[in-house]
Formats: sequence, C-alpha cells, structure tokens
Amino acid sequence: MINEQQPTLPAPASTIGLVGWLRTNLFNTPLNSIATIVMLYLCYIWLTPIFDWVFISADWTGTSRESCTSGGACWVFITQRIDQFMYGFYPSEETWRLDLTFLVFVALIAWLVWPNLPKKGLVAAFTLLVFPFIAFVLLSGGYFGLEHVETHKWGGLSLTLVLAVVGIVAALPLGILLALGRRSEMPIVRAMSVAYIEIWRGVPLITVLFMASVMLPLFLPEDMHFDKLLRALIGITMFQTAYMAEVIRGGLQAIPKGQYEAADALGLGYWQKMVMIILPQALKLMIPGVVNTFIALFKDTSLVLIIGLFDLLAIVQAAQNDPKWIGYATEGYVFVAFVFWIFCFGMSRYSQHLERLLHTGHGNRA
Amino acid sequence: MSVLGIIAATILGFIMGVARLSDNWLIAKLSSVYIEVFRNIPLLLQIFFWYFAVLRTLPSPRQSIEFMGSFLNIRGLSMPAPVAESGFSLVVGAFVVGIVLTFVMTRWAHKRQDETGQIFPTFWAGIGLIVGLPLVVFLFAGMPMHLDYPVLKGFNFRGGMTLIPELVALWLALTIYTAAFIAETVRAGILAVPKGQLEAAFALGLPKVRTLRLIVIPQAMRVIIPPLTSQYLNLAKNSSLAAAVAYPDLVAVFAGTTLNQTGQAVEIMSMTMAVYLTMSILTSLFMNWYNKRMSLIER
Repeated sequence: MINEQQPTLPAPASTIGLVGWLRTNLFNTPLNSIATIVMLYLCYIWLTPIFDWVFISADWTGTSRESCTSGGACWVFITQRIDQFMYGFYPSEETWRLDLTFLVFVALIAWLVWPNLPKKGLVAAFTLLVFPFIAFVLLSGGYFGLEHVETHKWGGLSLTLVLAVVGIVAALPLGILLALGRRSEMPIVRAMSVAYIEIWRGVPLITVLFMASVMLPLFLPEDMHFDKLLRALIGITMFQTAYMAEVIRGGLQAIPKGQYEAADALGLGYWQKMVMIILPQALKLMIPGVVNTFIALFKDTSLVLIIGLFDLLAIVQAAQNDPKWIGYATEGYVFVAFVFWIFCFGMSRYSQHLERLLHTGHGNRA
Repeated sequence: MSVLGIIAATILGFIMGVARLSDNWLIAKLSSVYIEVFRNIPLLLQIFFWYFAVLRTLPSPRQSIEFMGSFLNIRGLSMPAPVAESGFSLVVGAFVVGIVLTFVMTRWAHKRQDETGQIFPTFWAGIGLIVGLPLVVFLFAGMPMHLDYPVLKGFNFRGGMTLIPELVALWLALTIYTAAFIAETVRAGILAVPKGQLEAAFALGLPKVRTLRLIVIPQAMRVIIPPLTSQYLNLAKNSSLAAAVAYPDLVAVFAGTTLNQTGQAVEIMSMTMAVYLTMSILTSLFMNWYNKRMSLIER
C-alpha cells in the first residue's frame, strides 16, 4: 500500500502559465524586476503619445489641410498625394503601364518565391532575360503605339523600384565574375579585380553618383547623350558590384579545398568546376550576405536625390515644400520610412527563411 | 564627425547587442525592435527626419527651451563653455601624469600577479589617478576655469558654445543607424563563444563579471572586430551624406566651396574621392593590425 505509486502532482502554480512565464522572463532576479518596471514605464510614457498620434487622433479622410483638425497625424497629406508618390510625374493616363509592369514583376517573383511550383528555371530565365526588355518598352514607350515617356518624368516609388531591381539584377552576375577574378590564378586578372573592388569600396556612394552625373559626360564624345537615370544606374551598379564581389568571395573561401580538388580530379574544366560544383554550394552560404547587400542597395537608392532624380524620398521631400501642405514633414517621412521598412524587412525575413530551407547540414552548427 | 559618430555608435551598439541577449524578455524584445526598425530605413531618410521634422520645428531663439543653463532652439543647442584661465595647464599636466602612472602601475600589477598571485585593484586605482590627480591639482591651483554662459542678445545667443542643428541631426542619425548594425555584430560575436567556455569559467569559480571580462569578451572580440571595421568604414563614408543637410563636411567643402571657387569639377571630385580612399585604407590597415594583435593567442 505504502509503495503504491502516487499520481504525478501538477507543477507548482508559480512555474506554469502566465505567472510562471512572468517569473522566469521578467522578474527572475531583483535587478531584472527593477529593469522591467523601469522599461514598462518608459514604454508607457513614450509609446502612448506616438500611438495616439499615429492612430487614435489622426485624420485619415479629407481633401485639404482643413480636414486636419484633431491634432494627430494628418494622413490626408499622404492620401491626397499618393499618386504622385507612387508614379512621380508620369502622365496620369499612362500609369496603367507602371501598374502592369509592377504586377507582372510581382507575379514572376511570387512564382519564384512560392514553394513547389513547376518550371522555376524557365520563369527565372524569363525574369532575367526577357522581362527587362518588356519592362523597358512598357515604361519608356515609343514602340507599339505607346507614348514615349522620358525618364525625367519617372519618379516616386516606381523609380525607386526600377533603380533597385536593375541594380540587383546587374550587380549579382558582375559580382560573381569579379569574385572569381579576385581568386583567379592569373596575376593580371587578379590585380585588376582587387584594384576595382578596393577602389569602389573605399569611396562613398554619393561621390560616385556625383562623378556619374558630372564627370561621365565629360569623358564621352560631345554628341553622345546619356540619360541621367542611366548614369545613376551605372554608378549604383558599379558601386554595389564591388560589395557583392566581396560577399561572394567570402562564400567561395568557405568551400573546402577538397571540393576544388575533387572537381579537378574528375577532369572538369574551370567553368564546369565553378558552375556545377563550387557556385551552387557557395551561393547557399552567401545568401545572408547577398541579401544584406540587396537591402543596402535598396536603401542607397534614396541617394539619387542628391543628383536630382525624384525617387520616393525626394518626391515626398518636394511635396512638403508645397505651400498648401507645409508643416507636415513628419507624416511624409513616417510614410516613406514605412514603405522602405516593409521592403527591407520583407527581404531580410525571406533570406532567413531561405537559409533555413537550404540548410542541408554544412559545418557543425545546429 | 566620423569620430564622434563612431564613439557614440559603438557605445549604443554594444549596449543594444548585449541587451538583445538579456534574459529579461522585455529588454531583449525592445532592443530587437530597435534594431529591426532602424536597420531597415535608409540613412538619408533618418537624417532628413531628424533635421527637417524634429530640429527645424524647434522654437525660435526667443522661445528657447531652457535647462541647466543650456538653450535649445532652431539654431541649435547653446551650452555653457568651459574657459581655461592661467594655471589650467597644470591640470592638463596632472592628467597626462595620471595616465602615464596608470600605465606603469598596470605593468607592475601584472608582474606582481604573475609572481605572487595577488590581485591589485588596477581599475579603481587607475580611475583615482586619472580623475583624482587632476581634480586635486585643480582645487589647489584655485580652480583656474570658469563657465561661459550663453546669453540672449538680439535675435541669437552669444557666448558659450553652440552645437548647430546640422551636426546634431547628422550625429543622431549616424549613431542610431550604425548602432543597429553594430548591435547585430556584437550579438553574433557573443553567441560565437562556445557555451562550454562559460561553463568552464563558472566551474573554475570565476565570478560573473570576471568571466565576462577574461573569458567571453576576449574571444568575442576576435569575431566582432572584422565586421566592426567595415561598420566604421561605412560610417565614415556615410558621413558624406552631410552634404544633404548642408553641414560643412569634406564633400561640402571640396565639392561645394572649392568647386565654386575654381570650377574644376573633375579635379575636385577626384581629390574628394582620394581623401576618402586614403581614410578608409588607413582605417582598415589599423583595424587589421588590431585584429592581428587580438588573434595572436590562438592554438
């Protein structure tokens, strides 16, 4: 009787449920309890007014600044000008072209990102090789009866996206080539790659853009006219290529020497070895770094404001100087920050997801 | 500018990086929110926000916000400035002597610990020498310093020293932005120290602070330093964005003033780029040297 097994007692109330969670995570030592209380108080006094300003006493609807009476954020400023923020000075009857391009792009990316869809290779090839031309024809016009829209009318978020996407698409392959060049056994190729990478990494992007917009025309023949947008694109691409190359070199160095030797032993040539053995393994290791570079590139597109292109930030900046809407700078910046944040945060989350997905057990990390 | 930013960003970044690993759930979450928010917003936007949305909306000099003899208004922050009188050089001398003595004392304490195993409270003695010695000299020399308070005269403040809003905006934005990246670097570095090292230290009976100082930080630093270098370089390069809010930094002086005076765009821009290139190469050389020194003690 005495030796009969007793039923398992429930865990003490203080270690499970909400109370237990609070005790282990917030109030486990006296010092931590004090820190928690101080932090809660600070959150309360800082976040409540912000929350109130953004949501509760904000104005959402209306047509002019007279609608903003409640003292909170005046989102009317954004809703009234959203078309301009999205499309810049693109002719309003032609904006369907931007919408269409964007939709096609989103559909293609969704196809690539969504797991378990067939024919990803074909879609990727289409996105990289055919889509840019379609997009260019749609955006710029001049063919098939589409009205030609000059690049100085492009602006807003669409310009930001054009800069970012072209930069990303161009910088990755060029970066791979440069990284291979830096690890090459041919001294001249290596020296030139090293020089290129170190020079571009050493100067600020803003001087590069300045160079591209002021100096490039000086080196070119008189009658050769280069578009301002194209010059900015070249500048951004050349700059980011150098960063991309360093990230890729890191990935290449992480591949064990045995893999190179095994590929050599199988009698594969240099390009076969790289494309079939080394790069697939290295690309997997490089995902975080490459996406970081993409994010940096996306954020850096806001610098084109310096050379007078109207990207999202620049156009909001310009809209604030409209006498009808003076004094709503904060709303504008919060809006731009939110848009940029969504894109960058989305990219970083997707890269983390991809990293977990492709993690096939390299190294001995858990 | 870069130096100011680097110091502040390093401090904030280390605090945030450690905070994200805190076992207090609230602190860890708050710091990760901070990191995720500021890392994903363009720096230029942050500079504009601080400059146009915050500092440009401050009151005019006449309605300044006042606290402790400082005045905050649209023309910047006016603060009392210390002015040295004759005899102040003695205090500076004492400060230098304090540093030298601390250095010598540390060497001696190390040697004594190696020989006898006794630990000498180097840290507190060092503080006493570096802070206390100049303070004593300062008091004996009859306090040869006074504060110059800013006074409202006409439409602006005179006297004292003024931090102009461009500098404040740039400094805030650069610090907050770079600190978010440094925090991630620091977190990665601390996580890279194997757990066994910590457990071994505790098994040896080392108290928590000494474990951190003698075991965790030296090993984490090796991982942290290379990425930290590139963050510093980024910060130095990003400080060129000062041009956007018209702060007279290198780009503005070269590309603005000099360009206007001479009209030689190509030469001036090449010079600007060359200066930045030299700066970043020097910084990376220094950091490489430091990195080598730190990683020498490997198996």
